[in-house]
Amino acid sequence: MNRSIVLQVLVFFIYLFFQVLILKNAVMFHVAFCFLYIGYLLLMPVETNPLILMALGFVLGFSVDVFYDSLGLHALSSVFIMYVRNYWLAGLTPQGGYDANALPSVANNGVQWFITYVLPPIFLHHTILFFTEAGGFDYFWHTLTKVFASSGYTLLVMLIVEYVFPGRRS
Amino acid sequence: MERIFLFLYQYRAFFTFLALELFCAWLIIQNNQYHGARFFNSSNNMVGGLNNFSQNMRDYFSLREVNSVLAEENARLRKSLELRNQIIVSGTIADEVLVPRFDFISAKVVNNSTDRYTNFITINKGSREGIEAGMAVISPQGVVGKVKMTSSHFSVVTSLLNIDLRISGLLKRTGHFGTIQWDGRDPQVVEFEFIPRHVKVMVGDTVITSGYSGVFPEGILIGTVEEIDLREEAPFYEMRVRLAQDFRKLSFVSVVKSNLLHELDSLELQIPDLKR
Repeated sequence: MNRSIVLQVLVFFIYLFFQVLILKNAVMFHVAFCFLYIGYLLLMPVETNPLILMALGFVLGFSVDVFYDSLGLHALSSVFIMYVRNYWLAGLTPQGGYDANALPSVANNGVQWFITYVLPPIFLHHTILFFTEAGGFDYFWHTLTKVFASSGYTLLVMLIVEYVFPGRRS
Repeated sequence: MERIFLFLYQYRAFFTFLALELFCAWLIIQNNQYHGARFFNSSNNMVGGLNNFSQNMRDYFSLREVNSVLAEENARLRKSLELRNQIIVSGTIADEVLVPRFDFISAKVVNNSTDRYTNFITINKGSREGIEAGMAVISPQGVVGKVKMTSSHFSVVTSLLNIDLRISGLLKRTGHFGTIQWDGRDPQVVEFEFIPRHVKVMVGDTVITSGYSGVFPEGILIGTVEEIDLREEAPFYEMRVRLAQDFRKLSFVSVVKSNLLHELDSLELQIPDLKR
């Protein structure tokens, strides 16, 4: 138990620093951003308490914000998808239910299920993020382009991570 | 009373959610104001240090280009220094009239973004070196932005690529002035507005800073007019200006300290209706 918490904290910092030191510079065509850090939040064990999820979402989002100079922006979006996550997971329960302490990962549930699971939260997160950043709907089409391009990019990188580290945190 | 607690407890997830979101929204609004949260941004020493490390890694890839830009600027400065020396020696201007209006503090960019709507730049000099909020920041190739806030060793600069920043620009050929503002799309192009329609504008015209606000020195290059749009019955042109400075390649900047800003401000303050 203790060991898994230490590991969890370590993975938290790996995601955080990977995001702010490397992915921050990996913007494609000025519109596609990769926010892999939400992968950490989405891949928490299925039965995690929503309060813990939201607290984690807030802390991680806030830490990312400090580096992006956008105080509150990532925290807001992350807390939102963390609130929605468990309801969404409940709606996606596979036949026979989830195993105890199972991870919502590709290894456990298959690619198709995984994409169905992560894509809506990613899209939601990016929509909130970019529209809040733009301060409304003044730049609607350009912001929407950003949302779609970034969602695809984030999903792709998340899938790659899933295949490279399949046994993560089980 | 008990039922209220029970109610709160039953929906604790929702209320936590609400509280956190409200807090975040408050943070965002606070941060958009001029002197927002002072600690939690990249001018914080720890975060700045880490960014510094990250930028040092990236610097190796742009050394050659930075070198050539700096060398060019050196040559240009030497030329103007020579010119100035000649003027002084020939005695046309008395030396005491030449008050140094601006001081320049050179700084290195440690963090930069160009792809968001509100872009900021972090530089490695802070209040220790005399940098204050509101000072102008320029680079060898043109205007960069305005200092937003400082810590002792770092400063955060509101980039010209920030939809909230407006600066006054001057059409060099005709002398008309307007407003420069970014539209959040192309990081190499900004909008230039409020040039009246009777002015004959041409593609390729140079746009420089006007120096009216006393923050930017006058005559700093902004860019060249790329696209001109004049709608029927519109009183002003809408122009798009290609920036002289490529913001993705920013590495060294100068912070401009205006020595006469206070004098200018206190003079203009005596006229209540004067608006800039």
